[in-house]
Amino acid sequence: MTTTIYVPRDSAALAVGADRVARQIEAEARARNADVRIVRNGSRGLFWLETLVEVTTPQGRVAYGPVTRADVAGLFDAGFLSGGAHALNLGLTEEIPYLKKQERLTFARMGVTDPVSVADYEAHEGFAGLRRALALAPAEIVQQVLDSGLRGRGGAAFPAGIKWKTVLAAQAPQKYIVCNADEGDSGTFSDRMTMEGDPLMLVEGMAIAGIATGATEGYIYVRSEYPHAIATLDEAIRHAEQAGFLGDDILGSGRGFRLIVRKAAGAYVCGEETALLESLEGRRGIVRAKPPLPALQGLFGQPTVINNVITLASVPLILARGTDFYRNYGMGRSRGTLPFQLAGNIRHGGLVEKAFGLSLRELLYDFGGGSASGRPIKAVQVGGPLGAYVPESQWDLPLDYEAYAAVGAVVGHGGIVVHDDTADMSQLARYAMEFCALESCGKCTPCRIGSTRGVEVIDKITSNQNRPQQVILLRDLCDTMLHGSLCAMGGMTPYPVLSAINHYPEDFGVEAPDRAAA
Amino acid sequence: MKNLGIATSIAAAHKDMPGGLLPALHGIQDALGHVPPDAVPVIAEQFNLSRAEVHGVVSYYHHFRSAPAGRLLVQVCRAEACKAMGADALLAHAEQRLGCGVHGTSADGRYSLEPVFCLGLCASSPAIAVNDEVHARITPALFDDIVEEARQDS
Repeated sequence: MTTTIYVPRDSAALAVGADRVARQIEAEARARNADVRIVRNGSRGLFWLETLVEVTTPQGRVAYGPVTRADVAGLFDAGFLSGGAHALNLGLTEEIPYLKKQERLTFARMGVTDPVSVADYEAHEGFAGLRRALALAPAEIVQQVLDSGLRGRGGAAFPAGIKWKTVLAAQAPQKYIVCNADEGDSGTFSDRMTMEGDPLMLVEGMAIAGIATGATEGYIYVRSEYPHAIATLDEAIRHAEQAGFLGDDILGSGRGFRLIVRKAAGAYVCGEETALLESLEGRRGIVRAKPPLPALQGLFGQPTVINNVITLASVPLILARGTDFYRNYGMGRSRGTLPFQLAGNIRHGGLVEKAFGLSLRELLYDFGGGSASGRPIKAVQVGGPLGAYVPESQWDLPLDYEAYAAVGAVVGHGGIVVHDDTADMSQLARYAMEFCALESCGKCTPCRIGSTRGVEVIDKITSNQNRPQQVILLRDLCDTMLHGSLCAMGGMTPYPVLSAINHYPEDFGVEAPDRAAA
Repeated sequence: MKNLGIATSIAAAHKDMPGGLLPALHGIQDALGHVPPDAVPVIAEQFNLSRAEVHGVVSYYHHFRSAPAGRLLVQVCRAEACKAMGADALLAHAEQRLGCGVHGTSADGRYSLEPVFCLGLCASSPAIAVNDEVHARITPALFDDIVEEARQDS
């Protein structure tokens, strides 16, 4: 009997030698005359266990990890093809607490299926949303997205249905769906995992968006730093076309949608939607002033839905299971789930999909197991390089867009980067300004000049040149950037800077007045 | 001259594609290892753009290079998640090991060292890429092994 073995093809697994492990399993199986079939699945997102090898047994899939090439012979000796005991045996994959405690909606198939197999995708609820959408009128699809409460997962959290409604209502010879897959934020990898581990979910979400708004062409703008994601997407799109889920006549419905993958070129600001559109049009990715909104004049001047990967990937499930199913997760105006990404100095880094409303402390300790270094956690940056550093006093806040906004922080894309007590917050604040100076598109002065001056001012503060005056100047500069920048690049760089100086003044050589008073 | 011919034909193949300039530049860099400055006029001609516009695009994006890289292009992630796990020290080690600074190429033309801002391996930091192949949880010793192995393969 053939035994199915899963070895992930996700970059995080490849980066620790998954290809070598797969080759070794193949060689070892041949040498032992064992009948095995290796499936290259996505990652379950338990990265400290990569390479996580799974074996299908009558009881279910049994996990072994972290497996290196050197472990393979021993695994065969221990009878791992039938789930045999071994030091690396983790039991049934689905029972691993880190995974079991999650609420995986968008990531339900992640690591379970062969990412580029249409048959495997369909066997796990794939394309049920698209089939349902084809039976609805466009306005009904848009209404479902509105009713689900889905907000853009790219950071700004704008209701997805409103954009779709605007594009649906617009009259134009051509409309577009653009997927912003330029995830360049440190600490975020859920888009990469989606594109590498379940790309057909994104394909399906974009096809639904096309049918809902009358757009017949879609572009996925993917970072050049993600070559594996680009290759997997291309493969998945080819298979979806062959199976009739993309093309001029989707499943004989008479409705068409075509998808094109475009490789970005390493400009962080192209994650901003209008800069991204400029880049797709073949120019420097410089931010456009709004209005006009991209929903009315977007790509090539035509009405365009532009959404993040996870936003679009959430749509198939909403259509398949209904709006209430989705809405019933979450809290307040933050509905559904968010794939939180635990990164940096954390023992159990990986992807945790949960409904909105859990706390950072739960993520850091219940899931993350504390810092990787074993030292106390000092600061946690939530929401990417433009997100605030969250101090321990705020780790019990619920992760909810509004609750975070109330303390000057952002949930953003759900990226969480952990720093231990060796971190120097003045240097991280300086880095935020330096990064902005490097990546600014240059169109507006607060961002272009402000970031350069920001680096200088922080240097003066840390070297104690007129420190009190320079602190006032830094705050004033941050205020100008916050309110005067054209887009989030300059407009949010003050978040990490101000949070660092407010919560960790001692790192800047500044007295903490409120703490002294307390 | 051969390079110019390749650049011209790639540009010509993309000139009618909507927003085709970036795909053309990717094609040229994939084929030649860089976008030669003397290819800018021929690209401009194909796309009916000014040379300044094409030069502006090439120089705007970090990914495009105007000079060839070393045989091994080593990218070290400098973003926050990797910093939290010692990326700054790793970068200093890389400079010493490769014999070149950031954005530099070693004197023997063997290595180029570039910073990169996020490879999406933030939960397995620090991370590097060597000629597009990703590696995670890098220590200085592991860095040396990976570079040595890649050097022998290339």
